[in-house]
Amino acid sequence: MKFKQMAFLGMASLATVLSGCSDTKVSGIEPKTMTDALFSVMEADRTVYTKLIIGRLAKKEKVIKASEHWKDEKALVLPAQMFRYGAERVAEKGADFSYSLLSLWPVNAQNKPKTDVEKEGLKFIADNPGQNFYSEEKLGDTNYFTAIYPDIGVAGACISCHNNHKDTPRTDFKLGDVMGGVVIRIPVKG
Amino acid sequence: MNRKNATWILWSIFTVLILIYFIYKIGSNDQKIFSPGEMTHGHHQIEMACSVCHTDSFGGGEILQSACVECHGAELKAVDDSHPKSKFTNPRNASRVKELDARVCVTCHTEHKSEITGEMGVTLPEDFCFKCHQDVAEDRSSHKGMAFTTCANSGCHNYHDNSALYEDFLEKHIGEKEVLSEAKNQKKSTVEQLTLMSRYPVKQYPLIKLTQKDRDSSFGSDNDNSVSYEWEMTAHAEAGVNCSACHQQKSVSGEITWIEKPTEQSCKSCHSEEVKGFLDGKHGMRIKAGLTPMTPAMAKQPMRPISHNKELSCVSCHSSHKFDVKHAAVEACLSCHDDSHSKAYKQSPHFGTWHKEVTGQSDPDTGVSCASCHMPRVMKEIDEHKLVLSEHNQNLNLRPNEKMIREVCMNCHGLGFSIDALADKNLIKNNFNGRPSVHVESIDMVEDRLKKRKKPEGEGL
Repeated sequence: MKFKQMAFLGMASLATVLSGCSDTKVSGIEPKTMTDALFSVMEADRTVYTKLIIGRLAKKEKVIKASEHWKDEKALVLPAQMFRYGAERVAEKGADFSYSLLSLWPVNAQNKPKTDVEKEGLKFIADNPGQNFYSEEKLGDTNYFTAIYPDIGVAGACISCHNNHKDTPRTDFKLGDVMGGVVIRIPVKG
Repeated sequence: MNRKNATWILWSIFTVLILIYFIYKIGSNDQKIFSPGEMTHGHHQIEMACSVCHTDSFGGGEILQSACVECHGAELKAVDDSHPKSKFTNPRNASRVKELDARVCVTCHTEHKSEITGEMGVTLPEDFCFKCHQDVAEDRSSHKGMAFTTCANSGCHNYHDNSALYEDFLEKHIGEKEVLSEAKNQKKSTVEQLTLMSRYPVKQYPLIKLTQKDRDSSFGSDNDNSVSYEWEMTAHAEAGVNCSACHQQKSVSGEITWIEKPTEQSCKSCHSEEVKGFLDGKHGMRIKAGLTPMTPAMAKQPMRPISHNKELSCVSCHSSHKFDVKHAAVEACLSCHDDSHSKAYKQSPHFGTWHKEVTGQSDPDTGVSCASCHMPRVMKEIDEHKLVLSEHNQNLNLRPNEKMIREVCMNCHGLGFSIDALADKNLIKNNFNGRPSVHVESIDMVEDRLKKRKKPEGEGL
């Protein structure tokens, strides 16, 4: 029942993505279909923000700065922060799925892979550009369908910021590189 | 009657008496008998208002959690809580939650456990950071060998509010002077700015200076000329705020009644932010909880015996009709507070600056009063307007005291000096009469790291 509710909510919120599937039975949606749909929205929003806001205003036009300390600096929120704040809001609302932005080379060490599936999945998407990784794992008392999608450096701003950040463990990112991964989890019955 | 029957009758009478006693206690103001243990210094005032936290007789932890969030949630949001609940509801942190369930406040702040309650109301052993950050030295070689009991030392890390302690902030303020050349408090917003607030009754009380002949207190019993004179000298008369603004109340049916002694309910029609702060802090939290007002006799800190029975309200510091903010900023505090920090104030360099300001020997806003630090002028966003108002919750920047660094100390002092001063308990005791005798190495560590790494090509983007 829990999964049915989640699937229904997911369907409603992603109507644009799934508009061609109006006859899909709510109970029939697969976790993979769901996470793929979620990721397509996340990836699109993330790219739009990175290119149209950060790339255009901060990098090209230079009318405003983007900073990790955006509140103190009165600057734009960095794309990774934008993504995380969204994930936090989703969590605060009690949604039945969660997502994170992780990397094998994170600026913040807390965002390196922790679970076995995260470790395996992030390595897989880095070694196999263009491919996603799907698995199941038990965390706490709950089983999850876990999908990991590549997070690509789509703009010069991503590359220069990460390569130059004082906490980065990697300084040779290039445009189009897999810089990390989006991990989406949906609870499933064991 | 045999012995068995007599025993039953006695037992029944005893049981009924006990029941009556508990029923009486439930309805009375003194419910201490139901308290499972002494409360923390933060909540002891509202011990008799059980329902502030235990909002429902039925329900478990979620009831308590929403009560915590109700009072403290906005404060945590405002400082970008470093450990929000959402961090721990993420399944990838399930193993950490098993170690330390930081999704709920009571894991670290259990009430009624005075025997294990430490600073900031924390009821965990001091080294709790270890549970999640045991590998910190792998990323920060400077942290090698540090004990996990020292993480929260002043000037290092706080669990919730790190707005003055994050690495880039420390880096930005490396090498600052002990006293800055532009040492000044923020200038408070003017009355004209205050009228921008949608709730300010500017139509009823336009900004026209009033004199005694303009007073509209014909309802009042007190026609004492000294009251009129005191009012005429205030910012209230200056800004067109007549007697009726505080003393009149309009009922739903439109009937106007005269209030002999206005409460904070009257004040909040124009000073809502200040009243909110007052009710959130230790001066007004009893009123907010529906209890009798706080008196210094109830305080856990030393208070002057002469003031023990004084009931705290807006006018207990601002004194009705005079509304002398300079009095409220120092003398009002010292009329009650009798701890060593308060008693040492008048021998401190801070008082020297205040004395100069109030005697006209220095510029406005350059003096440091009690209120400068404990009810600081802070920027608030109201109705999309940015206004500088006094924060009337005097506890807000004391939990922990590093919260003072940005909004108070750094108005006049460099960051390094401020961190050291706030870490020196003796210096706090003598009201900063001298120099810090302790040194917190956080800025040194940042500077050291900065030297070691290659300078980045540009900041941010």
